[in-house]
Amino acid sequence: MIIAAIDSYLEVAPLAWRDAVVQWCPEPTQWMVHQLITIVVILAVFGTLFAFTTIAERKLLGRLQNRLGPNRSGLPWWQKGPKLWGLTQPFADAVKTLTKEDIVPAAADKLLHFLAPTLIVAFSLLGFAVLPFGRHMVPVGLDAALLYFFAAGSATELAIFMAGWASRNKYSLLAAMRALAQVISYELPLILSVVPIVLIAGTLSLQDIVHAQGFWTFGFLPHWFVFTPWGFAGFILFLISALAESNRSPFDLPEAESELIAGHLTEYSGFKYALFFMSEYFGLTALSGLGVTLFLGGWQAPCAFLQFIPSWLWFMGKVIGMLLLFIWIRGTLLRLRIDQLTRLAWQFMVPLTLINLGNAAFWALTAGWTGPLQLVRWGVSFAIIVIPFVLMGRRLSAGRRPRTYRYAAS
Amino acid sequence: MLGTGILKGLAVTAKNFVGSYHDPARMVTQEYPDVQPQLPAAYRNFPFLVTENATDPMGTLRCVACQICEKECPPQCIYIEKSKDKKPDAAGKPQLYPAIFAIDTSVCMSCQICVEVCPFDAIKMDQVFEVAATDRFTGLLLNREQLAKPNSYFHEIHPTDADEVDTRLAAERKAAEEKAKAAAAAKAAVVAKPAPAPSATAPKPPPPTA
Repeated sequence: MIIAAIDSYLEVAPLAWRDAVVQWCPEPTQWMVHQLITIVVILAVFGTLFAFTTIAERKLLGRLQNRLGPNRSGLPWWQKGPKLWGLTQPFADAVKTLTKEDIVPAAADKLLHFLAPTLIVAFSLLGFAVLPFGRHMVPVGLDAALLYFFAAGSATELAIFMAGWASRNKYSLLAAMRALAQVISYELPLILSVVPIVLIAGTLSLQDIVHAQGFWTFGFLPHWFVFTPWGFAGFILFLISALAESNRSPFDLPEAESELIAGHLTEYSGFKYALFFMSEYFGLTALSGLGVTLFLGGWQAPCAFLQFIPSWLWFMGKVIGMLLLFIWIRGTLLRLRIDQLTRLAWQFMVPLTLINLGNAAFWALTAGWTGPLQLVRWGVSFAIIVIPFVLMGRRLSAGRRPRTYRYAAS
Repeated sequence: MLGTGILKGLAVTAKNFVGSYHDPARMVTQEYPDVQPQLPAAYRNFPFLVTENATDPMGTLRCVACQICEKECPPQCIYIEKSKDKKPDAAGKPQLYPAIFAIDTSVCMSCQICVEVCPFDAIKMDQVFEVAATDRFTGLLLNREQLAKPNSYFHEIHPTDADEVDTRLAAERKAAEEKAKAAAAAKAAVVAKPAPAPSATAPKPPPPTA
C-alpha cells in the first residue's frame, strides 16, 4: 500500500509541483506560468542532458578506442582538489565557447548569419513539445503529434542552408547544399519507416501509440513494436535514418572534421558554433525520444512488476540508452562517401521501408489469426522483410568484397 | 550478408570498452605529468658536460676547451672560449678549461656528433625533455653552469656507457701515471749517468726513491 502510494505520488510529483506553483500565481497569468514552467523544465533537463552527453561521448569514444578520454578537469580555484573523473568538462567547454571571439565575415549577411544558429536551436527544440515523457506528462497533447514532430524537425534544414548562404563563402554554400542533399534524402526513409506504426496503431497521437504498446504476455513479454518482425526492421531503418538526419557518424560528412574544415559551419565561431553543436544533440535526443516512443514502448516498463518505477524515469532511461547506442556506433563505423550515402538512401533504405510498409499491412490484416496460424503470421512477416534484405544486400555488394592490402604487413 | 561487418565492428569496440577497464595491455596510456615516462636506454636529447665531482662542478669539468666539438657541430650551436690559465685535471696534469661553454638548445639537433668527436669523454648526451622556456633567447641558451652535470648522473641515465668510460679513463690514467714514473726514472737515470763529468757546476738531483 505504502509503495503503491509513493509510486503514484512519484508518478505525478512533477505535475503536482508545477500545479502548486501555478496556483500560487494570480489568476490571469496562470496559463502562461503553466506553459513557461514546462518550457523551462524541458530546457533545463535536456540542456543538462546535452552537457553530459558530450562528456559521456568523449569518455566512451576513448574507452571504445582503448584511450582514457578527458579525465583531468576538476574544480576551478582548487587545482589540487579531486578530479571528479573529468565530469566538470562540459562547464569548462561552455566557458571556453562563451569567451571565444565571435567572428562575422565582413561580406556576410549579418542578420541571416545571426539568425541561422538561433533558429536551428529553436527548431530542434520544437520536437520536444509533443513527446510523451510519462504517463501524465505530455507538454502538448496534439492529435497529429507525429506529423507535427516531422514538420518541426525538417525546419532545421532551412537553418542549415541559411548558415551556408549567409556566410558568403563558397565552401560553406557547397557544404550546406551537400548537407541539404543528405538530410532531404534521409527524410524520406525516416518518415516511411514510421508509417507502419501509424498503420498498426491507427493514430498519429504519440500518447495513443505508447498506450497501444502497453500490454505484456505472461506479465514480462512487452508488446513493444520492436518485438515484431516489421517493427524490428522499422526500428533499424529508423536508427539509420535518424543517424543521417542528425549528421552523426557514419553520416557526418556535412562537416567531416578530418576532411573538411567545418562544412556549413566554416564561418562560425564561439558560441554560435556551440549553438549548432547544441542543436545537433537536441535533434539527436528528440529523435531518440521519438524512436523510444514509437518502437520501444515509450514510458512503459519492460515488465509488469517493474511498473512501480515512475514512467518518466523509464522514458529517460531508454533515451539515454539510445544515446549510448549512437555513441557506440560513432566509435565503430567509418564515414561514408557522398555517393555511398545517397546510394544507400535511394537504392536500399527507401525500397526496404516501402516493403516494410506492406509487411505492416499484412500484419494488420492478419490480426485475427490465432493458434498455429500465429506461427504462420510470424514466419510470413519475417520472410517478407528478410528475403528482400538479403537479395538487395547481395545486389548492392556485388563485385565489392573486403579490400585486400597486398603491401601492408598482415 | 549485408550488415555482418557492422556487427563484427561493434563487437570489436565493445571488447575494447570492456577490456580497457581490466586489461592493462589494452590501456597503454600513461598519464604523463602524474606518471613519468619510461624512456628507452638509447633515448638522447641535448648534450651535457661531465664533471668529476658534484660538489665542485666548475673545478672538475672534464672539458679542456680543445674546441673540436665547436668545429664539428653541424648546426654550430656550441660556443667555447678558452681560459687564460690552467687548472690540474683529474690526473693532476695542468689543462686549459672552458671559460665560456654555451649551447643554444634552440639550434641543437641532438645529433650526438660532439659526443662522438670528444677525445676526453667530457660531453655526453642527456635525456631531458621538459626544456620549455619563457624566453627563447636567454632560456634556451645554456651556459656551462647549466650544462655541467656530475658523472654520477651519467651513470644514472646510461649505466653501461658510463661504466665503460670509467674503466677506460681509469686505465688511461694508470697507464699515464706509470708512463710518467717510467719517464721520470729514465730521466733520473739519464741525469745520474753524465753527472760525474761536469761535477762542480750543477747540484746533484736527488736519487730516485721509488
